[in-house]
Amino acid sequence: MNRLAVSLPGLEMKNPIMPASGCFGFGREFAPLYDLSVLGGVMVKSTTLEPRFGNATPRVAETPNGMLNAIGLQNPGVDAIIEHELPWLAQYDTKIIVNLAGSSKDDYIATAKRLAMSQHVDAIELNISCPNVKAGGIQFGTDPEVAGELTAAIKAVSLVPVYVKLSPNVTDIVAMAKAVAAAGADGISLINTLVGMRLDYATGKPVLANTIGGLSGPAIMPVALRMVYQVASSIDIPIIGMGGISCARDVVEFFSAGASAVAVGTANFNNPYVMPEIIDELPTLLDGLGVVSINDLKGRAWL
Amino acid sequence: MSIKYSMRLVSQKQLAKDVYLCVLEGDLVQQITAPGQFIQLQVPDHYLRRPISICDYDQAANQLTIIYKVFGTGTAAFAELEAGQMVSCLGPLGNGFDVAAAAAAEQIVLVGGGVGVPPLYGLAKALLAQYPQKKITAVLGFNQADDVFYAPEFAELLPTTVMTIDGSLGEEGTVIAALQPMTVDYIYSCGPTGMLRAIETAFPEVKGQVSLEERMACGFGACMACVCKTDNDKGYARVCLDGPVFAMGSVVYE
Repeated sequence: MNRLAVSLPGLEMKNPIMPASGCFGFGREFAPLYDLSVLGGVMVKSTTLEPRFGNATPRVAETPNGMLNAIGLQNPGVDAIIEHELPWLAQYDTKIIVNLAGSSKDDYIATAKRLAMSQHVDAIELNISCPNVKAGGIQFGTDPEVAGELTAAIKAVSLVPVYVKLSPNVTDIVAMAKAVAAAGADGISLINTLVGMRLDYATGKPVLANTIGGLSGPAIMPVALRMVYQVASSIDIPIIGMGGISCARDVVEFFSAGASAVAVGTANFNNPYVMPEIIDELPTLLDGLGVVSINDLKGRAWL
Repeated sequence: MSIKYSMRLVSQKQLAKDVYLCVLEGDLVQQITAPGQFIQLQVPDHYLRRPISICDYDQAANQLTIIYKVFGTGTAAFAELEAGQMVSCLGPLGNGFDVAAAAAAEQIVLVGGGVGVPPLYGLAKALLAQYPQKKITAVLGFNQADDVFYAPEFAELLPTTVMTIDGSLGEEGTVIAALQPMTVDYIYSCGPTGMLRAIETAFPEVKGQVSLEERMACGFGACMACVCKTDNDKGYARVCLDGPVFAMGSVVYE
């Protein structure tokens, strides 16, 4: 048996390791470095109806054990992605999860309808949580009612399971999760970046051209883990955990908190080989913990 | 293919105010294909790697030289590293300078500004080896005498003009002032965006290549942090992967 195999709606995966959206492009930069077929899935960069150039530079800043980014959803637009990126990525034996972002409800729906015409989409990750653009989804990600309405609208036009990626920048993450679950979400991705900023020591001005950005990296893992733990105990749809994962032990923690799969984000920038390294290392950790399947670790936090 | 290497720090010494020269040894050197490529250094207690251009490299000795300026806590921490310590490096990254593109030119000038100077050193050696008959010169620009480094090393290779804004060493003024009286038909340049823009504005007819500096996270094209606008069909390019060297005239400066 495959000890790392996991089963989620639309995502029968050989292992639970995926790159988080925005941290892997469409995979082209990593394809020369290793065989992308080793990955359980690939969550591609956010897709919007029209191409977006993104924000002015500087777009990144370092933080203690993490980084801030304000890329601004740069992407070539859904049509180019369907035509050029997804067929290319489909040559690899891995699941494709398309992250979907928009500026308005109609915008999201129109993009989801286009995606429904592609045969290379295994699941949609609905991004209602990008903090870096004025109209990038965050306005849908902080009000449970609005988030639920958008989820239902996307479910109505999507032919594949829909995972809703929630923002941690809310007071009550459980209320958000319950709202999108009630609206028909097939799963939940937790978490997107935390909103933060840094100032240049000498000038006192923001380092990022966009002033604020999304905080990611190991520094946010305790927040992500707490939210996975809280949400996993209140809903019964699968959670894809993400936020600061950089080694196999982190993956074990996320499963223990209740995640059914995980995504590795910023760590890919520091070590482009981090995901195959984690996949190689996991069986040894399972042996050490005395379990056969990675699924046996799920929810250990409550047991 | 690997782009991740562990390199041994061979030596480190201060060259000028906040400017250090470091020699690293390891198999990454065997993968370098052109002067102007760069590496991403892991710095103790810092999350993001630091992109530093390769100044010079010796594939027989398996060593490369970097010259970097201490700007913040990351580069300061790197400057503390001593001989014998191992450093995690990604590289070689980027495309580097195209030496063959200058084949038709007779008078080639290398124009460096501040920490843009180092990658031109390896380029100068490559150009001199490729084109022993051509007239190749260098113009190096700095703010003041305290900032000047590597001018004697350049002068050993080729005729070199040093410019300082305040005139405290070499000639007073910008690199443009040095270039204006010269007959030039190919320019290689690396330095701050303002300097590159000024060169392209002053010499719109001259062919050449510019190497850009930009904040980046990954260094290999994935994070989309270091984009610049260009005339290509995408409208943008990634400084780390599509550059850092671009043809003069192709970058849209903002």
